[in-house]
Amino acid sequence: MTTYFHSVRLDESKCRGCTNCIKTCPTEAIRVRDGIAVIDSNRCIDCGQCIKVCPNRAKSAFTDERSAMDGFRYRVALPAPSFFAQFRSDIEPGRVIAALRHAGFTHVYEVGYAARAVARAIASYVESSEGPFPIISTSCPVVVRLIQVRFPDLLKNVVPLEAPMEVAAYLARAEVMAETGCSDEEIGVFFLTPCPAKVTAVHQPVGQNKSRVNGAFSIADIYPEVFHLLEKVDEVDPVRSGPVGLNWARAGGESEDVNLDEYLAIDGLDNIIALFEEVELGRLRNLKFIEAQSCPGGCVGGILTVENPFIAKVRLGRLARTLPDVEFDMSSLPAEELRIRQDLSPRPILSLDDDFSEAVRKMSEIDRLMELLPMLDCGACGAPNCRALAEDIVRGQAQLKDCIVTLRQQSQEDHPSGNEPEDSVTLKEEKKR
Amino acid sequence: MTEQAVLEVNFPVKGGDFAQAGDVSTKLKRVLQQLGLETSLVRRIVIAACEAELNIVIHAYSGSLKARVSPDKVEVWAEDEGPGIADVELAMQEGYTTAPDHVRALGFGAGLGLPNIKKNSDFMEIETTLGKGTTLYLRFDHEQQVR
Repeated sequence: MTTYFHSVRLDESKCRGCTNCIKTCPTEAIRVRDGIAVIDSNRCIDCGQCIKVCPNRAKSAFTDERSAMDGFRYRVALPAPSFFAQFRSDIEPGRVIAALRHAGFTHVYEVGYAARAVARAIASYVESSEGPFPIISTSCPVVVRLIQVRFPDLLKNVVPLEAPMEVAAYLARAEVMAETGCSDEEIGVFFLTPCPAKVTAVHQPVGQNKSRVNGAFSIADIYPEVFHLLEKVDEVDPVRSGPVGLNWARAGGESEDVNLDEYLAIDGLDNIIALFEEVELGRLRNLKFIEAQSCPGGCVGGILTVENPFIAKVRLGRLARTLPDVEFDMSSLPAEELRIRQDLSPRPILSLDDDFSEAVRKMSEIDRLMELLPMLDCGACGAPNCRALAEDIVRGQAQLKDCIVTLRQQSQEDHPSGNEPEDSVTLKEEKKR
Repeated sequence: MTEQAVLEVNFPVKGGDFAQAGDVSTKLKRVLQQLGLETSLVRRIVIAACEAELNIVIHAYSGSLKARVSPDKVEVWAEDEGPGIADVELAMQEGYTTAPDHVRALGFGAGLGLPNIKKNSDFMEIETTLGKGTTLYLRFDHEQQVR
C-alpha cells in the first residue's frame, strides 16, 4: 500500500466540522467524522479547493521552510511564470530576477524558459503520435492526479513528458555545474510555487522516483521579502522566458506556445471533469491536444499567489510586451531528459470490491439505500451527498443513522402521537415567537 | 451450484434532448467502474453505449438504455420508440446518415454511430420495425475472468 504525501493539510484545532470542504472536493476525498474533517489520502489530489473554501482556515498547504536551502553551496530559485505577475506592471521581470539573487539564491532559472522546450517537445510528440487522442498535457499536477484517480482510462492520453518545473531543474543544474564546475549534490534547486500541488509534485513526483527539485517555497511566503528588496536593488538581469514563456502563467498560454491546430485550453476543475467525461465517451476524437489547468485562469489563480488572478492576467499581457522573444536552444537539452521515466499508474478509487459478486452485492445495497435516503445532498452526515453516504455505508465506513433526515423521519414514524420530545422542541420555539 | 451475481440497470433516455446527451452513458460508466471491470472493457462499453444513446436522442421519441452485468459478459439493450431503420445494411455503412441538418449542425449524426458500436462490441443485433422503433442488443465479453 502506497502512502501518499500531501501538501494540503488540516489543522484539527481550527476545524468546526462544517460541510464547506466536503461539498467542494472534486474527488469526494473529505468526510466529517466526529465533528472533524478527515482527508482520505488515497483520493486527495492536492487541488487546494478545500483550502480556498474553508471559512475557519483549518486547511492549509505545506510548503518548505527557507532553511531547506541550508547546506547547499549553490542555491537556485526556479520562479514559476506566475511569480512575475505578482508585482506591479512597472516592475520588469529582470528586476525581480535580480532581487531573487539578493534573497539568498545564487542563481535564478526561469521555469517559463524551460517551458519553451516542453512546448516544442509536446508539439513534436502530438504531431508524430498515432493516438489515442486527445493528448493531455502534464503541466498541471492536479490534472495528472485527477486522471490517476478518476479517469484511469485517460492515462494513455497523457503526454509522457515532464512538466516545465522538472525540466527547468535539470537545465538549471546543468548550467550551474558548467559555470562553477561544482558537483550535482552541491546544488539545491527550489521552486517558487503558486499552488500546493507543485509541492506534492516535488516531494512525491509521479512518473519518476525522485524530483530534481529540492523544495518548494510558497510565492505568498517569499513575496514580501522580494518586494522589499526591489526597493534596494536596481540591477536588471536578462530575461529568457520571453512573452510566450511568461504567458504559461495563464490558461491558454501553454497552447499558444505548443501551437497546434486542433487544441482546447480549459481551466477550472469542474470544467475539466466535464470535459474528461466526454473524452471517455469517445466524443472528442478529432481534438488533438488538451491543456488543462486546475485553477481558474491558470497558475495565476493558484491559492499560494498574492495578487488577484484577473489583475495578474492583465499584468502578464503588459509585461509580455516589454520582453524580447527568445527561442529555446534545444541542443542544450537531451531528449531523454524531457521524458517521463515511469509509466503513470492508476490510483482507482471507484471500485467497490475486488471480488465481482461482492461488488454486485454492494451495488445492489447502494441502490436499496438510495431509496431510503432523502436525496437532499445536505452533507449533514459528513459525506458530500447521499450517494457518497450510501457508498460509505456499504464500505462499512458509515451507518444509515448518520443521516439526520432519515433519523428524524424514523422517529416521527415511531412516535406519531405528536407529544414526543421532537415536537415539544418545536412548540417551545413557536412560543418564543 | 451457486447463484451467479448479476447486476441490472435501466436508464430512460429522452429523444431530442441534446443538452443531456451522454449523461446516461456517464452513469453507466460509473456503475461499471464501481463493479471493478477492467478499464479497456469499460471504455468499449461506454463508447458503444454513448453512440446508442445518441442514436435515441437524434432519431427517436423516447427510449432507454439497459445493461446487465454478469461475471462473463456485459449486455446492453438500447430500446426506443421511434421511426425505425428502413435499411439496416445501409445504416451500417460508415458515413451514411439520416440525421436532419439541424442535428448535423450540432456536430452529431455524422453516420459513424452504428459502425462504431459494431467495432467496440463483441456481438451486435438490430431489431427494428418501421414506424414503431428499434432495439439494439450488444454483448461485450470480459477480457479477463472475473472472480
